[in-house]
Amino acid sequence: MQNPADIPVETVAETPRPAAGPIRSQSETVAFVVMMTIIVVAPFFTYPLFLMQVMCFALFACAFNLLIGYVGLLSFGHALFFGWASYLSAHAAKEWGLTPELAILTGTAAAAGLGLIAGIITIRRQGIYFAMITLALAQMMYFFALQAKFTGGEDGIQGVPRGKLFGLFDLSHPMAMYIVVAVIFTGGFMLIHRVVNSPFGEVLKAIRENEARAISLGYKTIRYKLLAFVLSATLAGLAGSTKAIVLQIASLTDVNWPMSGDVVLMTLVGGLGTIFGPIIGALVILTMQYKLAPVGEWVVVIQGVIFVACVLLFRRGIVGEVAHFFRIRL
Amino acid sequence: MFEIFGIPSQALFGQLLIGLINGSFYALLSLGLAVIFGMLNIINFAHGAQYMLAAFTAYILLQTLGIGYWPSLIIAPIIVGIFGMIVERLFLQWLYKLDHLYGLLLTFGLALIVEGTARNFYGSAGLPYRVPDSLQGGQNLGFMFLPNYRAWVIAASLVVCFGTWFIIERTRLGAYLRAATENPTLVRAFGINVPRMITLTYGFGVALAALAGVMAAPIYNVSPQMGSELIIVVFAVVVIGGMGSILGAILTGFGLGIIEGLTKVFFPEASSTVIFVIMAIVLLVRPSGLFGRSV
Repeated sequence: MQNPADIPVETVAETPRPAAGPIRSQSETVAFVVMMTIIVVAPFFTYPLFLMQVMCFALFACAFNLLIGYVGLLSFGHALFFGWASYLSAHAAKEWGLTPELAILTGTAAAAGLGLIAGIITIRRQGIYFAMITLALAQMMYFFALQAKFTGGEDGIQGVPRGKLFGLFDLSHPMAMYIVVAVIFTGGFMLIHRVVNSPFGEVLKAIRENEARAISLGYKTIRYKLLAFVLSATLAGLAGSTKAIVLQIASLTDVNWPMSGDVVLMTLVGGLGTIFGPIIGALVILTMQYKLAPVGEWVVVIQGVIFVACVLLFRRGIVGEVAHFFRIRL
Repeated sequence: MFEIFGIPSQALFGQLLIGLINGSFYALLSLGLAVIFGMLNIINFAHGAQYMLAAFTAYILLQTLGIGYWPSLIIAPIIVGIFGMIVERLFLQWLYKLDHLYGLLLTFGLALIVEGTARNFYGSAGLPYRVPDSLQGGQNLGFMFLPNYRAWVIAASLVVCFGTWFIIERTRLGAYLRAATENPTLVRAFGINVPRMITLTYGFGVALAALAGVMAAPIYNVSPQMGSELIIVVFAVVVIGGMGSILGAILTGFGLGIIEGLTKVFFPEASSTVIFVIMAIVLLVRPSGLFGRSV
């Protein structure tokens, strides 16, 4: 008789091969250099505004991936942090007249606070329960955003001024804004990379693989998971705050559940639990949304098809498949 | 006309009735989710989309073939149930040995496909569906006016819910189901076709959502987003009740519907969030839900 526990279960993020050699493998360094080159060169070939949007969503997806890829927790409510940070950043810049960096900090700090509260409520549950609870909490905060006065209800907060960075550099110039976004994105990315490869990150992976074992080794796993959750929420908030300044708008779209679905899709397409996957995923999905904008609602249908195809056919995602094929870490 | 806590009784009982109606749908949907989860270990994110699909099926049957409410009440769940079984055979059956999250992701994709398609053909505006002639009008109970159709929905969903509970907890078929949930390999060794049972269970769970969808059509307008709005609330209901028990799903569904209705009377601003707030509190006090076993 086969014990259910013996049936091989493929976890969401594939078990990594035993870490050999230095923390930063060669392939990762090469990919990082390529990515930085693209960031520097790309604005001369395509719209900076689109690239800035991609970087904001890429950072959002990377923050989401920190949870699903390294702790094994699927949050279906990350729009909560992205959207509310976006609102607060927009509000701070427009109504309080703060400089952009302070507005972004305000939004990010708010996301951290929300992350702590949401984390305390959700962190004891796992798997699908965790996904359902985060989704429900995000929906609750969506209703708050719909009713609160300062969010502007259906209109959102429009016409957010980009302002002057540190009161000196005028961000209404696209390239100035681009450089700021690129710095924020790179900083966030490197922070995540650092966290994932730190002793803290190793404990997270241990919890993902076998939480009971991690507990028996004396780790207070709840605290580790909570910290990872808050970190992920904070970085999602950083992405949302920056997006509000870049696009000069914060709206209900940012807090609603399809936004949470979008970030799941980006990460899934790029590759769960890969460092570069969420970035590629954000690029692919946003490009698709732009190119297919004329066909209207069919975009949603196509996204649904991509979800189904990814789950059935290539669960490793684009970057995951490439890394698997060449047997490298990406 | 009299007042309770300063609220006119008409308003109070009217909202209680709406709460019971909502509760009926919460109960039917969370019951379907629980049945499917018990057997397939999949949270059916497409549940709301299937509920919406049934409402549209009833609408289309009426518009194109002139088939009315009562036949639709049978036909639509069968059509949508078969659709569900096809989905299970085509997609879900490949996921049973994977992490449960993949089932959630795949059914989320299905929900997007169904909802997006409906929106393409019918737009976002709601389409009206007439209350059947036999249930027009209502009863004046003295303290409130009770529309016949709403009384029927509450009664029907109570019967269906307890019928389902009876089948699962008190019949031989239900015993097979519960046994297959515990240990599918052993049940197969007794010569029971477990994969077919799984397919039929999924079809049944989907048909429950479909039945709710047809019953909802005359109350709410038929619209593509009717399902996704509801399913997230139902998720919260499921989390509050805990997934372990059928009876728990039914009781929580009705109970939360009533609480939501009462909130609409006493504190209208919170009526759309009260269920989520209750969920947060329950999670802090009893993480596995009111009726749940710890997972």
